[in-house]
Amino acid sequence: MLRSRLTQAASAAQRAFSTSPKVLAVKQMTVRDGLNSALDDELARDDRVFLLGEEVAQYDGAYKVSRGLWKKYGDKRIIDTPITEMGFAGIAVGAAMAGLRPICEFMTFNFSMQAIDHVINSAAKTFYMSAGAVNVPIVFRGPNGASAGVAAQHSQCFAAWYAHCPGLKVVSPYDTEDARGLLKSAIRDPDPVVVLENELLYGTAFPVDDSVADVDFLIPIGKAKIMRPGKDITIVAHSKAVETALLSAAELAKKGIEAEIINLRSIRPLDMETIFNSVRKTHHLITVENGWPQHGVGAEICARFMEDQAFFELDAPVWRCCGVDVPMPYTKSLELNALPREHDVTAAALKVLGSKAGKK
Amino acid sequence: MLRTLSRVSELPIIVKQLQKVRNCKAAVAVTNKTLVTVTNTNQQQHTKQANSSSNNSNNYSINRNNKYNNHWTTQQQQLKNHLRFDSRRSYSSSFFGLFQNAAQSGVAKTNNYATEATVQVNRPFKLHRLEEGPETTVKLTKDEALKYYTQMQTIRRIETAAGNLYKEKIIRGFCHLYSGQEACAVGMKAAMRDVDNIISAYRVHGWTYLMGVPPLGVLGELTGVQSGCARGKGGSMHMYSPNFFGGNGIVGAQVPLGTGVALACKYKGNGGMCLALYGDGAANQGQVFEAYNMAYLWKLPVIFVCENNNYGMGTSSERASCNTDYYTRGDALPGIWVDGMDVLAVRSATEFAIKYVNEQGPLVMETNTYRYSGHSMSDPGTSYRTREEIQEVRQKRDPITSFKELCIELGLITTDEVKAIDLKVRKEVDEATALAKGGTELALSHLWTDVYSNCLEPKLRGTNGYNIDHIQERKGVNH
Repeated sequence: MLRSRLTQAASAAQRAFSTSPKVLAVKQMTVRDGLNSALDDELARDDRVFLLGEEVAQYDGAYKVSRGLWKKYGDKRIIDTPITEMGFAGIAVGAAMAGLRPICEFMTFNFSMQAIDHVINSAAKTFYMSAGAVNVPIVFRGPNGASAGVAAQHSQCFAAWYAHCPGLKVVSPYDTEDARGLLKSAIRDPDPVVVLENELLYGTAFPVDDSVADVDFLIPIGKAKIMRPGKDITIVAHSKAVETALLSAAELAKKGIEAEIINLRSIRPLDMETIFNSVRKTHHLITVENGWPQHGVGAEICARFMEDQAFFELDAPVWRCCGVDVPMPYTKSLELNALPREHDVTAAALKVLGSKAGKK
Repeated sequence: MLRTLSRVSELPIIVKQLQKVRNCKAAVAVTNKTLVTVTNTNQQQHTKQANSSSNNSNNYSINRNNKYNNHWTTQQQQLKNHLRFDSRRSYSSSFFGLFQNAAQSGVAKTNNYATEATVQVNRPFKLHRLEEGPETTVKLTKDEALKYYTQMQTIRRIETAAGNLYKEKIIRGFCHLYSGQEACAVGMKAAMRDVDNIISAYRVHGWTYLMGVPPLGVLGELTGVQSGCARGKGGSMHMYSPNFFGGNGIVGAQVPLGTGVALACKYKGNGGMCLALYGDGAANQGQVFEAYNMAYLWKLPVIFVCENNNYGMGTSSERASCNTDYYTRGDALPGIWVDGMDVLAVRSATEFAIKYVNEQGPLVMETNTYRYSGHSMSDPGTSYRTREEIQEVRQKRDPITSFKELCIELGLITTDEVKAIDLKVRKEVDEATALAKGGTELALSHLWTDVYSNCLEPKLRGTNGYNIDHIQERKGVNH
């Protein structure tokens, strides 16, 4: 079932691309391969770059993101750590302070809670505390958000947690292009960057343009992407929720409503300009995320509207679609209902559009 | 614990004993008595057993290497005639005085122009998983003596000034003083090479100064003014300089960070290493053991230094650690116990450790020391220990006094030179204190300066809106 939804989403994404005739010739690449090739490129480009984490080397990565890299780059560049997040995250930050460019993989971001002190207190704040003397060029990456059937401790989105802290940059790729371009930018960035990947999307193939394969293909951190243009309502999402938004857009299209889908790509900085511009056109906004509502990404976007002239462009209140405000249950049927699905997004869109929805 | 006290010139027997002790861990561990061995001018040996564990301040076996004169008097009367330093008489107030006669025999000299001396460290090293330990007989030149004394005295003065500034409410927030522990930092710094690095915890004023920041850079940081080494933005615990990766306000966090610095050394192949310092309190943090483990697996050139000052805040080491032999707590990692009140012992151990970690991998070094002040300025430091205890250490084990007395006794430094250094240090620190007090804080725009090395935020948020443009003044060393 999950697989079929993913296929649907991929085809929805393809439809979004289908405005361009070139797309027909475009090849497919999985998110996993996008990440793997990004790592490969950057390891080859800069010998200060190295990858460390649990099972990244001989096991080829718990999710096979680093497949083949150990064989290619050896023990020095691809380092298997024991299960010891706080320790190896600290070691990675120390190495960055001393001039290297570590990529610190968390097997999943759930385990990054063991090491969050080093992300926040050691990595994010040192440049400021040292009055600009010591910057910390490090990437923390790994799968984030809910997986399937893994219960509460392994199903959680950390976008809001990390985006809360100044000094960090936080990106949350959705598709292959995002994953490859954002990871490469993150590795080249002189500041600490948290790359929140999504486990469920690793195996999903997305169409990629030839330019994506370029060794210098970069996606600027802090810029959102309009995945699907539309004139009636703006739907902002990140990571796997972009898929939900695209599926909802397809549903809405059947009702004659053209939703503009914005893939945030970066959570910090948040590209409000793109969202404001979209809302100047659509005058309606909903946010979609798989994280919890309180102090979440959607909450932040709402707050930004309250404080900006763009507020006056809104014809209706902004609405959030979020994960249900509970820990994730293991129970399959409950789990299914714990995250927003396309019909939730569609319902929210119809609610926000109100009487206008009928006129479309 | 076996401690050998010797105050005579050439005592091969004692040296041999020490070597024996050094190589015999069991012997070191089993006795808690102090063995005091003294030899008089007629080469007779007296051995005394004492139960006190604190009477170790002036225990040196001395071998003067004097370019003018290297012969030793044998007549006590003759020796008295050659006594030059009044300060030696003040020893009578300490344990040292008990052995004055014997002591006098050991420091006989016909002039005071020594340029180099060979000294026996105070208390033997204790070893864990090591066959060979650091040198117990070390050389000390006049230049080194002057340097270490000046450095320790400067740290003491800076800390005294900081304590006063805090009491005057000019220093805010945190202020953890290093007074009493100076020999640890100065001894380690003396052994460090240009390629070596250090990271420590929150008690870093002394280290900051040793790593090249002048007293004003330290005191200015404490008073939060522009002349501070982090321009006043970091405060007491966040000072940095080249090869010095800071203090760290999160107890224990600096240990994996230092291990990472060591990883960078090995990765770059520059031959450097990193000292990762923590206290007996932080020694119980889980991440310390995580760092030990990976450092050992990866043979990283890191020395884990536990500065054991006996109290983690107000909790004595016995109340906090199931094993208070911190040098043994690295499990597979070898360890060395060092008298942290003896700058020469710390230097010798660090020299050994630097060589060891570069060749074989990490080790743990415990420097046994004491802090005179409370944990921080809000702690009078007397509810969990007695004033007498502090007083006793000050009188009997003070790292500066004992080193000064040793150097004078060796003829490496004269009392006049000591006075001159004291005056110079006092003047320098007083001037720095005045400047730190009178300094100006950064302009308001620095609130939003250098948050990112490459800022991508279109605007930073002020207190009531996105109305701030980030200012980029520096890029950082790793840009």
